Amino acid sequence: MHMADALLSPAVGGALWAGTLATIIYSAKKLKEKMDEKMIPLMGMLGAFIFAGQMINFTIPMTGSSGHIGGGMLLAILLGPFAAFLVIASVLVVQALFFADGGLLALGANIWNLGVYPCFIGYPLIYRIIVRGSKSPKLITVASVLGAVVGLQLGALSVVLETKLSGITELPFNTFLMLMQPIHLAVGLVEGFITAGIVVYVRSLRPDIVDDLEGVKTISSGTSLKKVLAVMGLLAVITGGAFSWFASTHPDGLEWSIEKIYGRTEVPEKANPVTEGLSKIQGKTAVLPDYSLPSKVKQETNEAWPAVDPGTSLSGIVGGIMVLALILILGMGIKVMRTHREKS
Amino acid sequence: MSHHIVELKHVCFAYPDGTEALKGVTFRIVHGESVGLAGTNGAGKTTLLLNLNGHLIPTRGEIAIGEVPLSKKTRQEIRRKVGFVFQRSDDQLFMPTVYEDVAFGPINLGLNEDKVEERVRNALEMVSCLQLRNRPPHRLSEGQKRSVAIATVMAMEPDILVMDEPASNLDPRSRRQLINLLKGFGHTKIVASHDLDLILDVCERCIIIKDGKVVADGPSEELLLNKALLEENNLELPLSRQCLQAIQPF
Amino acid sequence: MTFDREYFNIGYLDSLSYKNSFVHALDPRVKILVSFAFILFVVSLPKYELSALTPFFIYPVFLLTAGGIPFNAIAKKVLFISPFAVFIGIFNPLLDTAVVMQVFSWSVSGGWISFFSIIVKFILTVSTALLLIAVTSFPGICESLERLRLPKIFVIQLLFLYRYLFVLLQESLTMIRAREARSFGKKGREIKTFIRLISVLLIRSVERAERIYQAMVSRGFRGEIRVMKKHKLGYYDILFAAISITMFYFFRNYDVVNFIGSGLSRAFR
Repeated sequence: MHMADALLSPAVGGALWAGTLATIIYSAKKLKEKMDEKMIPLMGMLGAFIFAGQMINFTIPMTGSSGHIGGGMLLAILLGPFAAFLVIASVLVVQALFFADGGLLALGANIWNLGVYPCFIGYPLIYRIIVRGSKSPKLITVASVLGAVVGLQLGALSVVLETKLSGITELPFNTFLMLMQPIHLAVGLVEGFITAGIVVYVRSLRPDIVDDLEGVKTISSGTSLKKVLAVMGLLAVITGGAFSWFASTHPDGLEWSIEKIYGRTEVPEKANPVTEGLSKIQGKTAVLPDYSLPSKVKQETNEAWPAVDPGTSLSGIVGGIMVLALILILGMGIKVMRTHREKS
Repeated sequence: MSHHIVELKHVCFAYPDGTEALKGVTFRIVHGESVGLAGTNGAGKTTLLLNLNGHLIPTRGEIAIGEVPLSKKTRQEIRRKVGFVFQRSDDQLFMPTVYEDVAFGPINLGLNEDKVEERVRNALEMVSCLQLRNRPPHRLSEGQKRSVAIATVMAMEPDILVMDEPASNLDPRSRRQLINLLKGFGHTKIVASHDLDLILDVCERCIIIKDGKVVADGPSEELLLNKALLEENNLELPLSRQCLQAIQPF
Repeated sequence: MTFDREYFNIGYLDSLSYKNSFVHALDPRVKILVSFAFILFVVSLPKYELSALTPFFIYPVFLLTAGGIPFNAIAKKVLFISPFAVFIGIFNPLLDTAVVMQVFSWSVSGGWISFFSIIVKFILTVSTALLLIAVTSFPGICESLERLRLPKIFVIQLLFLYRYLFVLLQESLTMIRAREARSFGKKGREIKTFIRLISVLLIRSVERAERIYQAMVSRGFRGEIRVMKKHKLGYYDILFAAISITMFYFFRNYDVVNFIGSGLSRAFR
């Protein structure tokens, strides 16, 4: 499932963008080291393939509803984790722009949720380890299903956490969790089966595509596992640090009271280099005056309590309508100006 | 002008899976000649063309282009002389705009910005597509794509032009424009095509290939009107001549 | 949405992005940054803010009108994906029932306010994302991403993806139609058929990529592709960025709406 801008707070959205950008830069670097130049057109083409493939529907057995592939696991199997991550990121970029799937702020979160887990956990830590170069369809199916399920569970969990930490929706954490996890379990099962089916079938027609597109795989069997675990460890620390830090700054009565004491929004520092980096991000997003400007303080401090001053509610409605009307007139004015200019 | 001579001597090529696609092809093409390659599907036309461009290297025999023998080392050098126009234009136009596609070759040749601009202009003017310079390729018609694909190759100023099925998928008007364009080029041309009428129109010489071997090599007017020869090689008279033949009894 | 419609939609937005207008001519970097800033400002509004969101409509309205983008194209899309926002937001009125204010004779709970806040934020952010691509060509966005220091390999394969997207969509469309022509009712949409279809599409895609690589090599490719820099920051670009961001800041921090509203209420007394 995709995150949407309207459900994100700037802090959560910004942090996930930071994580995603870091991963993109890292993946590009690792890819460059061992990449064959043939990869360049191949990556873009497979991205287009996944995009197009996602639009072909099939019926999910036993439910009758239609579904489509995600493609994360498949890409990782074909291209290796780094290239696959970049491709997934590109597909999501195109979707965010042309389909408004989620939005531009949520794009960072979506790339993280849908890219990091299959590419850096599902594939290297599960699929590769189970399959180990074997060609047995059964093994491939098991590995693929497990990898897909784990990847999607983590992705779904992330969506729930991100929503909760943003604090925009009242959706109860438990309910959301209870909804998301089982659904994505089912999705993972189907995705895993289909991915395995594709791998096996493609191998029967063109074995060279699956068995290591020439020079394409950048993680070779030897050194990889340790490096991958190290990267995973780092990502886990970043994720964990980010979430724990956010938990402590949850826009609640907590922040209001901090502000009262310190006069400015101050974050209780945890001796952790990660949080320093993240406060820099928070600092940047504080150009938006989160809770610290005098003209807005009254409203924000009441944020935890739905006690909007009744006196302002009428002027709020009237003002809102007026503003919309003004903007509408402005818009029509621009349109008229343009058509006038085009005619002349 | 010996640097434009294309010479093949007993060229054989077998694919990695063992299929022998070329079984001893020999011919010689001199500067400015326009040669058509005819033959059924699977006769070896495309394989032959890919060998001419260095994508494939003969497993036996020799190819020399302008007296440079083809080998893995001389591939790049050969590609500067031989411009290859692929069968599917979509495979050839891979940059975001027409300009960048046509500029791709000259940039890789190491030319500076002004020179690149000059080459691109000339090439696009040659195919009458200068106004398309800022268009993305996926917004071109098939005929426009074909012309731009030719421009991408012409911008490299090759000595020899090799084309694989240039008129396929073109509507009659675009096809006619293409034929006129080709007739206007002074380069050495090697054109593989099923469209025997096109070969008749554009190429004064024709080579017929069957089962990886040359079975006929001579003036197009002679070969392509020889009904028996054509049918032997699973070909037919060019359509324009079929009509003539039909009214001949009268 | 069926494949046909989605395909048409992408194509339509894409063709709009190549039009000529003041907005289209602005440097893509500026458009990306301003749009991003816009979204951050909108999203940063606390959850019970509703009227404060209204001035922000000026940005998407400006892009739409000055860019000559048909209103229906954007509205339809926003409408189409709105059920998602409704589904997520609906818990707010259900769970947050403390009454906050009285509009004439109706009691409005905080939950409803935050619900509509989500919906309005959704409309603002989604329409802005769509308008961004509608007034900026995709290659323009890619060029900006590279200039904003994203890795070149990422940008290049984004360009390739975009280039061959329509080709592959066309191929998939052909396959789907072929499948439809030979399946009657439900038969044909099974997973097994799907796996065959998509595997063939995959193989064709890989083969296509191989041919493209051949074409690249035959024009001298040796590993480096240059992304052409077509845009230069001009006076209008900087002006646009400065005005927009100042406006957003102003709307975010000063209660413009209530000011206008109370002014009007007073005037009518």
